[in-house]
Amino acid sequence: MRKRTAHAIALAAILSLPALAPAADYVIDTAKAHASIQFRIQHLGYSWLYGRFNQFEGTFSYDEKNPATNKVEVSIDTASVDTNYAERDKHLRSDDFMDVEKFPQARFVSAKFEDKGDGKAVLTGNLTLHGITKPVVIAIERIGQGDDPWGGYRTGFFGTTTLKLADFGITRDLGPAAQEVEFMLSVEGIRQ
Amino acid sequence: MGIQMLKNTLAEYGWIAIALHWLVAVAAVGLFVLGLWMTGLEYYDAWYERGPDLHKGIGVLLFIAVTFRLVWRWSNPVPRPEPTHTAWEHRLAGIAHALLYILLFATMLAGYLISTADGRPIEVFDLFAVPATLSGLDNQEDIAGEIHELLAYMLIGLTILHTLAALKHHFIDRDRTLTRMLGCSDQSTQP
Repeated sequence: MRKRTAHAIALAAILSLPALAPAADYVIDTAKAHASIQFRIQHLGYSWLYGRFNQFEGTFSYDEKNPATNKVEVSIDTASVDTNYAERDKHLRSDDFMDVEKFPQARFVSAKFEDKGDGKAVLTGNLTLHGITKPVVIAIERIGQGDDPWGGYRTGFFGTTTLKLADFGITRDLGPAAQEVEFMLSVEGIRQ
Repeated sequence: MGIQMLKNTLAEYGWIAIALHWLVAVAAVGLFVLGLWMTGLEYYDAWYERGPDLHKGIGVLLFIAVTFRLVWRWSNPVPRPEPTHTAWEHRLAGIAHALLYILLFATMLAGYLISTADGRPIEVFDLFAVPATLSGLDNQEDIAGEIHELLAYMLIGLTILHTLAALKHHFIDRDRTLTRMLGCSDQSTQP
């Protein structure tokens, strides 16, 4: 009995100790929409069409001093695609494109974080979209970090990446200029 | 005697009712075929935009035509059923006709709710625009789209039954059911 109590105290002590390399955990502030997943694709090669995913959630760990431990996980509700035109969004949700009934979620899980200095980094990870998982590379720039006025601590990034639709099995032909989609990721995390 | 009057009598359909019947029939079947065809078009097809524009424009005009048809029906005598028809045939036909009207309106309403889901109006051939009313519901365009498709299939299914019944009356029973609606029935030659 005494032994078990001693174990429990030791365990509690270990758990309450700060980790050796305290990578801070953040929750992406989707609740108050200080984060967005926007994309753009060429229309016929004549203009940019912009859209976004309205619903997603995610977390990241970020430690400037130990960037190798940095990681990100984001899941996106594919049905929340919004290009400001209901009929197009309906089409994008259909099996001509993302087939959201079958694949309601897209997911990004980071694998590697390469610090390029000066707040810049390259994040590599796996994106699962339309049921297909492929590696993607995201160029990242830290926009800023610090205390917020309400007692919290925030860090924010901007990232860009480009996907080839066909890589994810989305083969509907939108023309030669519209084979790729550019993503613009704006992410602000609140430290937990 | 041929049909010369515009309004219905207790014996015959008038020309207006006959014209409206066939107009609605052609438009509804045409919209069904157009709808099936246009949703399968490639992005670069010349009809990719024109098809849906036509579908919506005709749909709105059909709504007006069916509404007018109902007003006309209620402001005209309804020709008496053929004497050879049994009571249950008459009742069944009545139910089928009511269902055809309900399905027509419901299908058009669901279609309207797709195109106006984000508050955009429906343009009718540069003639006028029908404004959105109910918009912005969660997944409105998806739900309305599925209902629109389902109702369209039901409407076409019932139309086929309606057509088969008319053909059965014409070729098997040899009564005036179909010729009455074609405006070429001659009462005196019928038993």
